[in-house]
Amino acid sequence: MNIIITNSSPEPIYQQIVTQLKNLILRGELTEEEALPSIRTLAKELQISVITTKRAYEELERDGYIETVAGKGSFVAAQNKDLLREKRLRIVEEKIAIAIAAARVAGLKREELFEMFKLLYDEI
Amino acid sequence: MFNQPKATDSILEVNKLTKHFKDFSLKNISFQLPRGYIMGFIGPNGAGKSTTIKLIMNLLPKDSGQIKVFGLDNLAHELTIKNRTAFVFDENHYYEELSIRTMASIVASFYKHWEPQTFEKFLKDFELKPKQKIKELSKGMKMKFSLAIALSHGAELLIMDEPTAGLDPIARSEFLEILAALIQDEQKSIFFSTHITTDLDKIADFVTFLHHGEIVLSAPKDDILDKYGIVKGANDVLDEETKSQFVSIKTNQFGFEGLVRDKERALRYFKERAIVEKPTLEDIMLYTVRGEQHG
Repeated sequence: MNIIITNSSPEPIYQQIVTQLKNLILRGELTEEEALPSIRTLAKELQISVITTKRAYEELERDGYIETVAGKGSFVAAQNKDLLREKRLRIVEEKIAIAIAAARVAGLKREELFEMFKLLYDEI
Repeated sequence: MFNQPKATDSILEVNKLTKHFKDFSLKNISFQLPRGYIMGFIGPNGAGKSTTIKLIMNLLPKDSGQIKVFGLDNLAHELTIKNRTAFVFDENHYYEELSIRTMASIVASFYKHWEPQTFEKFLKDFELKPKQKIKELSKGMKMKFSLAIALSHGAELLIMDEPTAGLDPIARSEFLEILAALIQDEQKSIFFSTHITTDLDKIADFVTFLHHGEIVLSAPKDDILDKYGIVKGANDVLDEETKSQFVSIKTNQFGFEGLVRDKERALRYFKERAIVEKPTLEDIMLYTVRGEQHG
């Protein structure tokens, strides 16, 4: 599991952690009931304040991504399968939308984009 | 403006502390440090940081106000508090000719709960050789030695006055890593003064900023950095009304740069006429001190 913090982003550090952990969970790199590092370990490793990691975990907990058991630590929450699939589909849609926007800028026609998509799909 | 931690879990609580000298006064200062966190104490030289620390340690008598450590009054329970507190100064006050081992055994005799194994472990972790004489140690090694001593008698609160002064960037970074490791057990708190604000950019949980003997702000560091903003733009954006938004402003021929207390408000107010950036603690300290000098 990797978390990369950047100081040059206007996004607050706790938000960077939230986004990256959410993505790891949605992509399935962190699986149900998997233990997360404690807020203090994470703060120490990333060399950031404990309050920052605490806030990130609190937000993830509020959004239902993780669960915290007193005395045991934090774990990836059991995800609602349909919801998880929907969230993953939304990520695909977002990425495709970006590709479409880029294709329009490059002046590609609908068919040309489809063709490119087919080629790449078989390749990757 | 900010959420204060609850008083009940405070390891250090300073309430309306006042001390007058002939040419300087510490005025009505209050702040709280909860258990398990690191608080940085910043301010320019002469702001009253060392005076505050001396008052907490009861090395100076206060005029009024209250100081509680572990929930106990610092005067009524001085001995109990001192046995559970570690104190590190910036200057070295050990005998230069003695070895680490000998010096440690002398200091150990002053404490009720000296832990020889803990001390040995710190020597190992910090790569200090017991036979080495104090005078042969570099500034960074002396700091580690002071820390090893301070942390080997079961202290729950670590108070340090300018611990990073004179340390090179590598020793400073090592020192900060040690601090982060110390609070892992959720039981210890660290309170340290510094005028090097970059010491706090990373690991500090809370920041208390003192200027001219008064508290400018005392809050979680993240809240401070989220709320304040640096605004940059062309000089023609500035008029009397816009200027009033700033703590202080620096202008040059090609534009201005200033600090605002409410970044969101500045964004709404200036829109695309200016750039709003995240400040550093140094920006906040510099612009605040400047603002006062210029009235």
